[in-house]
Amino acid sequence: MQPFTIVSGAAIPFMRANVDTDVIVRIERLTSLPKDQLGPFAFESLRYLPDGSADPACILNAERFRNAPFLLAGDNFGCGSSREGAVWALMCLGIRAVIAPSYGDIFYANCFQNGMLPIRLPLDRIEALASRCADGSALTVDLRAQTIQCSGSDPQPFAIDATRREALLGGLDAIGLTLRDDALIRAWQDQDRVRRAWAWNSVRA
Amino acid sequence: MAGRTLFDKIWDAHVVRDLGDGWALLHIDRHLLHDLSGSASLADMTERGLVVHDSDLVFATPDHAVSTRPGRDGTTYLAGSKLWSALRQGAQRFGIRLFDLGERGQGIVHVMGPEQGIVLPGLTMICGDSHTCTNGALGALALGVGSSESTHALATQTLRLQRPRHMRIRCEGALGFGVTAKDLALHIIARLGANAGVGHAVEYAGSTIESLDVEARLTLCNLTVELGARSGVIAPDDRTIDYVKGRRFAPKGADFDAAVAAWRELKTDADAVFDREEFIDAREVLPTVTWGTSPEQAIAIDARIPAPRIAAGAGADATSQALDYMGLEAGAPIAGTPIDWVFIGSCTNARLSDLRAAADVARGRRIAPHVRAWVVPGSEDVKRAAEAEGLHQVFVAAGFEWREPGCGMCVAANGEQVPPMARCVSTSNRNFVGRQGPQARTHLASPAMAVAAAVMGRLSDVRALA
Repeated sequence: MQPFTIVSGAAIPFMRANVDTDVIVRIERLTSLPKDQLGPFAFESLRYLPDGSADPACILNAERFRNAPFLLAGDNFGCGSSREGAVWALMCLGIRAVIAPSYGDIFYANCFQNGMLPIRLPLDRIEALASRCADGSALTVDLRAQTIQCSGSDPQPFAIDATRREALLGGLDAIGLTLRDDALIRAWQDQDRVRRAWAWNSVRA
Repeated sequence: MAGRTLFDKIWDAHVVRDLGDGWALLHIDRHLLHDLSGSASLADMTERGLVVHDSDLVFATPDHAVSTRPGRDGTTYLAGSKLWSALRQGAQRFGIRLFDLGERGQGIVHVMGPEQGIVLPGLTMICGDSHTCTNGALGALALGVGSSESTHALATQTLRLQRPRHMRIRCEGALGFGVTAKDLALHIIARLGANAGVGHAVEYAGSTIESLDVEARLTLCNLTVELGARSGVIAPDDRTIDYVKGRRFAPKGADFDAAVAAWRELKTDADAVFDREEFIDAREVLPTVTWGTSPEQAIAIDARIPAPRIAAGAGADATSQALDYMGLEAGAPIAGTPIDWVFIGSCTNARLSDLRAAADVARGRRIAPHVRAWVVPGSEDVKRAAEAEGLHQVFVAAGFEWREPGCGMCVAANGEQVPPMARCVSTSNRNFVGRQGPQARTHLASPAMAVAAAVMGRLSDVRALA
């Protein structure tokens, strides 16, 4: 997994609430395309007009935000479906961090599986960032220092769970980490087969 | 020490290792795979050279990308056939039990799991699908996961999880005539908001919940993720135990007795503290439909479509955007809105009791001539049971198409889409932009309300048809 340390670049002010993962990427794109080719289809129902041309009124199409590493959004970003393709589609656009007041729980967990940083900030602070960044001005997110900085102003702190931060900074592989505890897992299972025999015997039907 | 919630009790009983800061390595008792996310996780396992830790705790069935056309096989929807065969091959390679098309047990994961007794009270279970929360209705700790977490669980039979906050929704009073668990769920989401449950595990409690049969509870818990929460749980009771007893993968004999003794302990302590408590008066709930593009944009069938709030900001924009997408006018009554399609199906509302409720309204009636209407049973077992009762004949006589089990038009991953600009009344769970197809307009409702709309050709109050 790609580690996240310091990233700088433009931030797209996409200040909608309840952006769901169906809107981020349609399901049939995930049935037919590999995960690194979802970029053209990210937010397709918002980015394109019915004739298939790019909608010039859509902020996601603005030239100054091409390959922007940050997305500023409203409450409950990534709600809905568990599709991890939503994170992959954002990554295909070049997004490395989303900044929103809250996230769908499964989307939030999926971000950390892919080296994407979902930052939680109060809405008024995000709106302030959105107006500062509307012209394409750069932000810098430093996960090590846990700060966000607009060019020409002081860094502002953000909070994140320490365990998640460590995993993202190191690009850690969770499976490898857990398999180090495999003896513990197997011992727990052996005890549980006695404690809850019903939970184990019944799968053999 | 303060009392523990039902969620705490299941969680605590599955901690393999405390990882600190509220994190735990949690044992996963059951893992369900479907053709979309399951095939991805299995491919990931092969690519990384990993082995499945406990293949007998994993169950697979194709549901998302398979056609529901009568007479279908795994290749009828060609674009989905590679996912179907990847699931079959992966299951075979790793020794995972598969319930394939046409076999008993096949169906929408969240329909077949409880139905087959794979999901039981007190278990932890996951699936690479957000509606895994459905299974909490049995008193299981059921979590939707992404495909990476699914791979982690295949390789280790555990997940690294952080304990969520706790939220209890107490519902008191009897549901009125024509009002179902679906209406209750939409009412709760509209009242509390689509983000109310973010970061929380929800427990549903109260006299309303106790009076719901298990299939209705599955409908209610199914919509928990539309409230923003990853899990929703209901304490197991006599109804739950009666429901589970005798199912194919349920414990038998002395194991069943031991299980029941354990399940009786699965309730929240009187002195347990929730981070958030909400109260719903079930007597206030009316037949409910959505008007917008988020499940929180729901109103009673006798209400008027809301206007964008006067105050500026994201709220007003969201309402205007939704009205624009849905082709509706603020202030107009929602009842009477002409419709084109009706979809009865999905992990929300495609169980036998749902089909019975729909058939009760359809019996002796015809759908409006301009409406196209489908019934997609939730599983092979539901389909066979419905046919044994003659429900399929009721639907066909009324002008509905009777189809094969799968997710179908709820998620439209199998090419079955509502056409652009067409308006569909759907018993599913999401009215998102483009969910049922590009520019498709979705109104979520109960099965009975969906039939009422099909018959009248417009959004209608089912109580007027009774």
